[in-house]
Amino acid sequence: MSDYRIDHLKELEAESIYIMRETAAQFERPALLFSGGKDSITMVYLAIKAFSPAPIPFPLVHIDTGHNFQEALDYRDALAARTRSRLIVRKVEDTIREKNLTEPRGKFASRNWLQTHTLLDTIEEFKFDACLGGARRDEEKARAKERIFSVRDEFGQWNPKLQRPELWNIFNGRIHKGENVRVFPISNWTEIDVWNYIRQENIPLPTIYFSHEREVISHEGQLIAVSPFITLEESDTRLIKKVRYRTVGDMTCTAAVESQAKTLNEVIEEILSSRISERGETRIDDKQTEAAMEDRKINGYF
Amino acid sequence: MELLRLITAGSVDDGKSTLIGRLLYDSKNIWIDQIEQLEKISKTRKTTQIDLALLTDGLRAEREQGITIDVAYRYFSSPRRKFIIADAPGHIQYTRNMVTGASNSELMILLIDARQGVIEQTRRHSIIASLLKIPHIVVTINKMDLVDYSENRYLEIIRDYQEVASRLGLPDVHFIPISALGGDNVVNHSSNMPWYEGPALLPLLEEIEIRRGDTLEQSRFQVQFVLRPQTDDLHDYRGYAGQVSGEAFKKGDAVRVLPQGLASRIAKLEHHGKEVEQAEPGHPAVIHLEDDLDIGRGDLIVRAGEEPLVTKSHEAVICWMDEKPLVTGNKYLLQQHSRLIKTAVREIAYRINVNTLDHETGIEKLELNQVAHIRLQTAGPLAYDTYEQSKATGSAILIDETSNRTVAAVLFLHPQAVDSTH
Repeated sequence: MSDYRIDHLKELEAESIYIMRETAAQFERPALLFSGGKDSITMVYLAIKAFSPAPIPFPLVHIDTGHNFQEALDYRDALAARTRSRLIVRKVEDTIREKNLTEPRGKFASRNWLQTHTLLDTIEEFKFDACLGGARRDEEKARAKERIFSVRDEFGQWNPKLQRPELWNIFNGRIHKGENVRVFPISNWTEIDVWNYIRQENIPLPTIYFSHEREVISHEGQLIAVSPFITLEESDTRLIKKVRYRTVGDMTCTAAVESQAKTLNEVIEEILSSRISERGETRIDDKQTEAAMEDRKINGYF
Repeated sequence: MELLRLITAGSVDDGKSTLIGRLLYDSKNIWIDQIEQLEKISKTRKTTQIDLALLTDGLRAEREQGITIDVAYRYFSSPRRKFIIADAPGHIQYTRNMVTGASNSELMILLIDARQGVIEQTRRHSIIASLLKIPHIVVTINKMDLVDYSENRYLEIIRDYQEVASRLGLPDVHFIPISALGGDNVVNHSSNMPWYEGPALLPLLEEIEIRRGDTLEQSRFQVQFVLRPQTDDLHDYRGYAGQVSGEAFKKGDAVRVLPQGLASRIAKLEHHGKEVEQAEPGHPAVIHLEDDLDIGRGDLIVRAGEEPLVTKSHEAVICWMDEKPLVTGNKYLLQQHSRLIKTAVREIAYRINVNTLDHETGIEKLELNQVAHIRLQTAGPLAYDTYEQSKATGSAILIDETSNRTVAAVLFLHPQAVDSTH
């Protein structure tokens, strides 16, 4: 009898490795979308395992909004060098200039929407037919319905009503010319699975995930780092706080969490006792409407 | 901690979304901001109570129509287990979504409305569970509050369902009387039904001894990807990457590579780049063979003497999943995990009525959501086990080559006639 039991992290790891190997086998030009956050870092470590001793058979692609944390950029460069991966960086800044796009305005003007333009251009430039992304289904309710192999049309659009049935662990990656597939190998991981895996595998993280002093302002109960990318108002009070980041996105739309946690164990303990969701605590871009993520995905976002 | 993948079956009216919401809420797997959002939405819709069902609504179209269209995945955990719920719609027009959700599930929570008892939909969901070999069924008899928590009504429904279960040969069936709305017997034992002495739903899900569907006692390894780094330091490296199913492989094992029938021996096994003596089922591995053979993606490595079926003509149960009907004689691509091969549908032996299990013959076409026993011919020999023996090697999908859509789920059966070519 195959009545074997394996630990849930081992099972999730096996599933993710299986998906990565399918991607490498089924597509001619796959790429791994790397953001510098813990989910995409975990993906790189899974890819190392999946193809070891061979190098990772796809490049790391970073869509740089220009609003990143310097620590995440430094980490990115060091990781690519250490894993001998090819790193492709494309800047939203350049897309804005070349395509004469309008920069969003406002206090926390986010280039999150504009990222999609640069991503689609990059896919076209390198003729990527599959892009591996670190999205998880537990993050948000539109993500909960997305397939592991998510077919996008030439505009990168997701059509939730035309998704292919995904049976057992059989992944149909066949596409027409111009289409591409977003592949989500860690779909079935939860936030705490990722943290536990990082601890189990001793994966180093950018320093901003741990408690450090930072100059912030408080906005509707959330702490936003003072940076050249946000517009301060007179009513804003600059504060020095001990904070860490629970997710790492753009400086304009990622909030910090007050914390003294200096080690991975302390961070995990804090998250386990937190009663607020990851996106709820740290993202200020999902709050606008009930369907904010659904809308962005339909328009080519990952 | 163990992982349990389960599917919930039942329609909106049975309180399925409310049950899932209740499981998440009472087991404290909901974040404060999600509750606040629910309160906000409930307020704008002028309902007084928090509607737990809203927790599981995903897409805008679904919220607007108040129905579930697609499979959604929910995650929650207790100190003992991590659960992945495939939340699939229950109406007959969504049979394909239910089959999709059921394909990876080890347990089905089947909802029955205590007022209605066993209905056509209950039978259909049970038939899907039996076709897809879901090893455990937990029948939750919901809305007990609306039948005055009557033990007699509960026992009556159990008797009716046991008839269904024994006809289908369902191996492991449990019953729980619940009220999802009130939270009775969901996470905590209900004081409204002192006559029920069994566990509440969550404790049962935590304690049930999970059986994987497979009964295969033989070692299988399908090649997913050939690792040939061709770097300076790994110039002659050639390993086959894949995942072991059935039983473990050991270094030195005599093997056969199918469908070619090539013989060799395992020279080396690797797991995450480290050499190991044994490659365990459910884990990724890289196999090196002693001989330099022509092996590629999709080939099946098995232990010598444990060969599965290798044939060009196949019998299978399929569930049709496309708007375009299946027409006898049409050609499709068959994807058996990493093996892709052209196939033609030779014959529809009979259609299976998913409400009654009756066999309907004389069928030339299969429509969306219909299930049938068919005969297939592949362009070359294919190595597989029956679905009953192994989900890992006994399942496949059909792909429409023109639309690239996944059009059918394929569950291999034992062929009655032996292929003369092998």
